[in-house]
Amino acid sequence: MTVLSAPGSSTGGVWQQIFNFADYGQLLALVHNSIIAGVVLGVVGGLISTFVMMRDLPFAVHGISELSFAGASAALLLSVNVVIGSLTGSILAALTIGALGSRARDRNSIIGVLMPFGLGLGVLFLSLYKGRSANKFGLLTGQIVAVDTPQLSWLLGTSALVLLGLLLIWRPLTFASTDPELAAARGVPVGLLSPAFMVLLGLAVAMSIQIVGALLVLSIICTPAAAAMRVSAAPRLVTLLSVLFAVGSVVGGILLSLGSSIPISPYVTTISFAIYLVCRLIGNQRSKHGWSTARRLSTGNALQ
Amino acid sequence: MSSRPTAVNTGNPPALAIDAASLRFGQRQLWSGLSLAVEPGEFVAVLGANGSGKTSLLKVILGQQHLTAGTVFIGGRPAHRGSDDIGYVPQQRRIDTHTPLRARDLVGQGIDGHRWGIGWPRPGRRRQIEAILDKVGAIGYADMPVGLLSGGEQQRVRIAQALVSDPHLLLCDEPLLSLDPRSQGTITALVDRRRHAEGTAVVFVTHEINPVLPYVDRVLYLAGGQFRVGSVEEVLNSRTLSDLYQTPVEVIRASDRILVAGIPESLRHPGHDAHHVVGAS
Repeated sequence: MTVLSAPGSSTGGVWQQIFNFADYGQLLALVHNSIIAGVVLGVVGGLISTFVMMRDLPFAVHGISELSFAGASAALLLSVNVVIGSLTGSILAALTIGALGSRARDRNSIIGVLMPFGLGLGVLFLSLYKGRSANKFGLLTGQIVAVDTPQLSWLLGTSALVLLGLLLIWRPLTFASTDPELAAARGVPVGLLSPAFMVLLGLAVAMSIQIVGALLVLSIICTPAAAAMRVSAAPRLVTLLSVLFAVGSVVGGILLSLGSSIPISPYVTTISFAIYLVCRLIGNQRSKHGWSTARRLSTGNALQ
Repeated sequence: MSSRPTAVNTGNPPALAIDAASLRFGQRQLWSGLSLAVEPGEFVAVLGANGSGKTSLLKVILGQQHLTAGTVFIGGRPAHRGSDDIGYVPQQRRIDTHTPLRARDLVGQGIDGHRWGIGWPRPGRRRQIEAILDKVGAIGYADMPVGLLSGGEQQRVRIAQALVSDPHLLLCDEPLLSLDPRSQGTITALVDRRRHAEGTAVVFVTHEINPVLPYVDRVLYLAGGQFRVGSVEEVLNSRTLSDLYQTPVEVIRASDRILVAGIPESLRHPGHDAHHVVGAS
């Protein structure tokens, strides 16, 4: 407010609020932990978002994140570890959605029912909470407060779990996501992979909420892969690009938001969206001209 | 019941041996006493009304459904889930445009898509994929996203995927559905070429006999809890089908096509109707 009311330079003031790089070096040292957390979250988000896209789950991610928010705000109210609260909400939601919504139609209606309920609970817990209001807002829209060491250990531990789980089920999960009937015929335990993936997704969502907030989780757990899939269909390249896009968005967001008083989320979501736009343009060009060359080339120069 | 004795095998076990098989869901008997031996290189078409248990038969062969009675052997071993001896081509289904798989990746799933872990690229694997894509005439679009291929092209790639593990039995579930006549012709010719070249036995579920007519050795016809096995002439005639359906059914053989009329409406395959109109004119 004080900046805005400064005489004669209201526009400059707004920009200064958004981008402020004074004392950048010192600030950078302070957010050392946040950047590590950002890289790890980016890797997890980038990897898992390829499956979110293949399994048509973006809406489920949103639903899970609202219940994760409810869990986190309950934890805040009860003064227990917020990460544990958000993990609990997240996994409960993921399992419910996974169990009740194997078909896309059922799934969407269940998410539609669960999501407002979760948000409502969250609002209730936050209104009862008498602590710092920055904590409340942070759960929804993200926070730049330096990640402290215990919080970082939680993030790293959970992320390692998600990564290991994903790497283990990578091939059968890809198979089951692209052709469940055939995968089942080949002996893939399709019925087990689905809940297993939902748990991993729940964990990843709960982690992402710590950085970007419940409302904006999709920018790390959907947009990166959606963008990557626009420019390539080679699975390894799509995965690699998705991870790069996610890490770029989160770390870029943290670095840009450092000096400002604005939460981290608009920076992350804007970078993420910009990457998507560029990929869409490239993809459009490619579908007009590029794929015909892929068809003519009989062998070779595959990105593998 | 079956009009032909099961072939006596010499040395090699049949690619598929079903013996005295019955399948019942609660009160509903799909079929019973079904015996069928498919020899290497043989092409058997499975025809039948809706709900006659064609899909269940496939599930039994794939080891996904247990029989109420009887046995199923694949290449001399009991049927089990995920057998490498079976190549399976499921019903044609549109693949989403942005699926991050190229034709070569879809074929790769046929090699190791069911294995745990992420898998590393091996030169041998790559050669194997390209060899089979070449055989089915799909090498030209090996690097195309599968979602951008036409229905016929996708089905070629699916056949390559089913064949890449070198199975002894190729199981096709309505692979021609929603394909144009030209693609239907190329797909069936492809399957036929394979069984002659490599001795792969073929079990081909279809509601439409005409596209496969030039290649079929025997027909298994399922209807109303009963079945008939035999050559096209033995099974697809007015007497046998009228008997199976317990209602007059007329089978007309017109040069190289077979037209069937009189199958009760409720049992007809959705695809049947249009064909019958064309056939009648």
